[in-house]
Amino acid sequence: MALVNVTINGVQVQAENGALLIEVAKQNGIEIPAFCYYEGMSLQAACRMCLVEVEKAPKLMAGCTLPVAEGMVVRTESEPVVKARKTTLEFLLSNHPLDCPVCDKGGECELQDMTFKYGVGESRFTEIKQHVPEKQWSPVVFYDAPRCILCYRCVRVCNEGMGVGALGVSYRGVNAEIIPSNGDHLECDECGSCIDICPVGSLTSGIYRYKTRPWEMEHVGTVCTHCSNGCKTTLGVRNNEIVRGNNRDKSGINGEFLCVKGRYAFDFTQHPERLQTPLIRNAAGELEEASWSRALKLVAEKFKALAGPDFGVIGSTRTTNEENYLLQKFARTALGTASIDHHRTGDVVTLIDSLSGKTGQLATAEDLYTSKAVLVVASDLSQQQPLLANKIRANVRHHKAAVYTVTPGPVREDKIARKAIRIAEADSLAGVEQLREALSKEAELVIIYGDAIQGEKVRQLVAFGESLGIPVKYVALVDYANSRGALDMGLLPDLGPGYHATAPGRSLQQMLDDPKLAALWVVGSNPLKGGKSLASTNAFVVVQDLFLTETAQRADVVLPAASAYEKNGTVTNVCGQVQRLKKGIETVGSKADLAIIGLLARGMGVNLGKVDADAIFAEIAASVPGYNQLPMPVILTGGAVQTHPVNGGVPPSSVPGIIASARDTLFTTGSLTRYSKILNEVLEKPGALYS
Amino acid sequence: MKLFNEPSPLETKIISFRFGLENSASIDTYLAHDGYKALRKALEISPDDIINELKASNLRGRGGAGFPTGMKWSFVPRASEKPKYIVVNADESEPGTCKDRLLIQHDPHQLIEGCLIGALAVGAKKGWIYIRGEYNYLIHIMDKAIAEAYKNGYLGKNICGTDFEFDLYTHTGAGAYECGEESALLESLEGKRGVPRIRPPFPAISGAFQSPTLLNNVETFSSVPAILRMGGQAYADLGVPRSGGTRLVCMSGHVNKPGVYEVPLGFPLMKFVNEIGGGVWKGRALKAIIPGGSSSPLLKAEECDIPMDYDSIAKAGSMLGSGGLMVMDETTDMVKVALRIMRFYQHESCGWCIPCREGTTWLKKMLQRVSDGHGQTRDIDLIGDLAQNMMGRTFCPLGDAAAMPTIAIVKKYRNEFEEYVARNPFASPELVSIA
Repeated sequence: MALVNVTINGVQVQAENGALLIEVAKQNGIEIPAFCYYEGMSLQAACRMCLVEVEKAPKLMAGCTLPVAEGMVVRTESEPVVKARKTTLEFLLSNHPLDCPVCDKGGECELQDMTFKYGVGESRFTEIKQHVPEKQWSPVVFYDAPRCILCYRCVRVCNEGMGVGALGVSYRGVNAEIIPSNGDHLECDECGSCIDICPVGSLTSGIYRYKTRPWEMEHVGTVCTHCSNGCKTTLGVRNNEIVRGNNRDKSGINGEFLCVKGRYAFDFTQHPERLQTPLIRNAAGELEEASWSRALKLVAEKFKALAGPDFGVIGSTRTTNEENYLLQKFARTALGTASIDHHRTGDVVTLIDSLSGKTGQLATAEDLYTSKAVLVVASDLSQQQPLLANKIRANVRHHKAAVYTVTPGPVREDKIARKAIRIAEADSLAGVEQLREALSKEAELVIIYGDAIQGEKVRQLVAFGESLGIPVKYVALVDYANSRGALDMGLLPDLGPGYHATAPGRSLQQMLDDPKLAALWVVGSNPLKGGKSLASTNAFVVVQDLFLTETAQRADVVLPAASAYEKNGTVTNVCGQVQRLKKGIETVGSKADLAIIGLLARGMGVNLGKVDADAIFAEIAASVPGYNQLPMPVILTGGAVQTHPVNGGVPPSSVPGIIASARDTLFTTGSLTRYSKILNEVLEKPGALYS
Repeated sequence: MKLFNEPSPLETKIISFRFGLENSASIDTYLAHDGYKALRKALEISPDDIINELKASNLRGRGGAGFPTGMKWSFVPRASEKPKYIVVNADESEPGTCKDRLLIQHDPHQLIEGCLIGALAVGAKKGWIYIRGEYNYLIHIMDKAIAEAYKNGYLGKNICGTDFEFDLYTHTGAGAYECGEESALLESLEGKRGVPRIRPPFPAISGAFQSPTLLNNVETFSSVPAILRMGGQAYADLGVPRSGGTRLVCMSGHVNKPGVYEVPLGFPLMKFVNEIGGGVWKGRALKAIIPGGSSSPLLKAEECDIPMDYDSIAKAGSMLGSGGLMVMDETTDMVKVALRIMRFYQHESCGWCIPCREGTTWLKKMLQRVSDGHGQTRDIDLIGDLAQNMMGRTFCPLGDAAAMPTIAIVKKYRNEFEEYVARNPFASPELVSIA
């Protein structure tokens, strides 16, 4: 694009012809203040804060909608501009309640900041202010109309960003206010993006309101522990309590995007049913509270006695890479068993094998934002993979990407799709085939597929992709925060870390079905969910979990574990991107799974070396293919790095395993979300998004 | 149909000459009085010729802004992948203005013919007449006329036996002044909230449904058939240089013969009031005139000795605007006038941008307080200052429309505000300044 010369405040700068003045100024270190302008959203020119003086223009111009042109001379701090800002703020504050001392936003309010920087010290407004009572739109969204400055950011983020469009404007003039989709309440994703994007304290969070002043919190940047997308969430921690989740620095793979789970569903950490002491089954057959030392001693003794091929280990899809790695290492070496598995939710293994010999064909989350075309096969992305869906929406909005969907039922992506094929999941590949002509005309493509595509079908889908004659990347969808990491770390009955062949053991289902199973160690998983039972009635069962799940109720010993928000480590998201968990809080009585494994090893007299997250990660980096070239500075500073898994084919499996996604929704992710009060409240009135 | 007012012999009836004829709204009457003749002429000449006639006519937009119509028509791109549309702004809501109503009521076919010529000039096949919600009865008249035009082969396919086709529909507003602003009108037409759009692009490039759109006021379109019949130059010669032809002026207020009269551009303002309007009522003296709808700054009696054309009135510091001329006699209370005008704009502000939304509200509250006898000296300056702070800073011209008359009234009749304040026993003189 052609460059033009623009003079801003006497300094000549070069900029792309037609770029918005407000952006050009920002790139050159000059702030043009604005409320309604928001990068990536449609333009409004409504707040009039960005008025600047442009030579030869008869009046002040809005910098947010003004494309720069050759020879343009702009002044952003001249006397008329400064006066205009003061008066705009004076107008804004005329009806704004000055309740900053009790407003949630006080301290991080853009109106406060603007008034501090550009406003006048005194008010000439002596009339009576317009007042309307505050409204509650949903368990998590409150709206205070008098505080609203009508910048329409919330309307846009809901409509353009989320594709929901649950917010609008009603009434007019000074009575104009934001209104929710269903008269007096919201039926939406409850993602809280509107609250996050609100520059003032008009939209407030049902979880956070009146809990704290912003400056009293510590901000802990970690990774959401719910779905597999791996959004970075910044936990606001006050007095060892998480009071807020958002991504206030807009960093990480998700920018400021978070769904209802990442933003609110941290409250399970405080749930009254949270286990805070180990439980041991007593002579009467009841679980009774016990000390950590007694429980660990008992488990270590039992493990030592029962170690061998009939020992079963079920790992977690939420524990860290370090924990998963250590668990399988401990099981394969100290416990002498090959029966290791976890709840598999997507066929990543076959994909990696199908792509053997090729490089760079596993898509990252960013690829969904930049690729010229995306094909979604058998997945309701907006419900199950909210970040990926958000990336695709932004791609369509900013780059006019072509989206194609092949799904059994209506999905939100249909609305932005060039072609939407409605076909039974079993026939997905036939649906994909119908798109061959259209897809082969695209410049590049990312194919995303759900668990309906597994085994041979993955090979067929990859063969289809490779036959299009265009660059194609793939994402095998999985369910949980570290589902991908569990696979990479070798929580599999015949594959070790980095998909290396190991001696075959039992799969998860085989463990449950085997009456000879001597012991079962379940770490952060709930395989007996849904009324399943263990065939081996005599098996010694140890469960590490946050809550007394169905599986924990069957256990002989239950060890209270720490959640992902209570420990350090790394997790790998659905796209294979490794990110760092940072400990936000501590729950008394619980221990991180890593520490529990280390203590059990010590109790058994097994030397696992130094057991802390950094040391284990160093071991992973040294020994697991794909994890050996990760640039640590990126990960340590809260970035994400994609792993490069094995490139020489995955050995064929001899153990039949089950791959089944839990088909969660926006408001559920496995057993954990049952213990989120806020998700349950939201669920009581489920949204009718597709009606 | 009975006329609102008796016509005056001083009028030059170019677009209103069918007013008052028996069944003037029917196509038979229309055809008997030069109806659809201009269309036939337009069908014979090229689109460029039509636009050139308009340019020669010096016709300027009659909605208020007075933009040269020929130039506006030439902005619509000739080649367009998208369909092109005609939109008629019949959302006549400017206080003091009631001419479009008569044009539709008495001569709907003239408007249809104007639309057809516009469609020929820009290559449109579809059009809408966006009619103010309160003009509900006009929609029936317009729909009836449109049906007649279809029946007689002036709308639909093969118009006048040619391959020209054009469909025309009515669309109702819902009572928002803001929707008279062309981009807000388009939003409303598309079924959205009636707030203005960011411009550019202008409707000629991206209007209704993001397609090139020719959007004009009712009177502008209604003037087009006459221009084609009599020739652009002849039409221009009726008026003064740069302000061609005639226009309908809606006279209201303290005059003996209020009504809508068609006069050439450049007609002397005082002659209009005194001879056509029969002078100020009750034998009183003239105090002020609002020349072009409530948003135009008022002129004091001594400023009124000017011709009524765009340039002369602009020179006097006001606007010809929409032709809504309001006469005020010597008894008029200017504080009450300012309040009444601001109450209207406060009520009609759409709320989109801050200076208009908050400014009109604040001003209304202050004017109300002053008018109620609780004004302070500082309020007078503050009213002027706040209006000045709205001026030129709002998203659309509504903010200016509210600010301009206020600034003028405070400036020209400051003494009346001071008298109000003087009657307030609690008035204090101090002034709080900004910046």
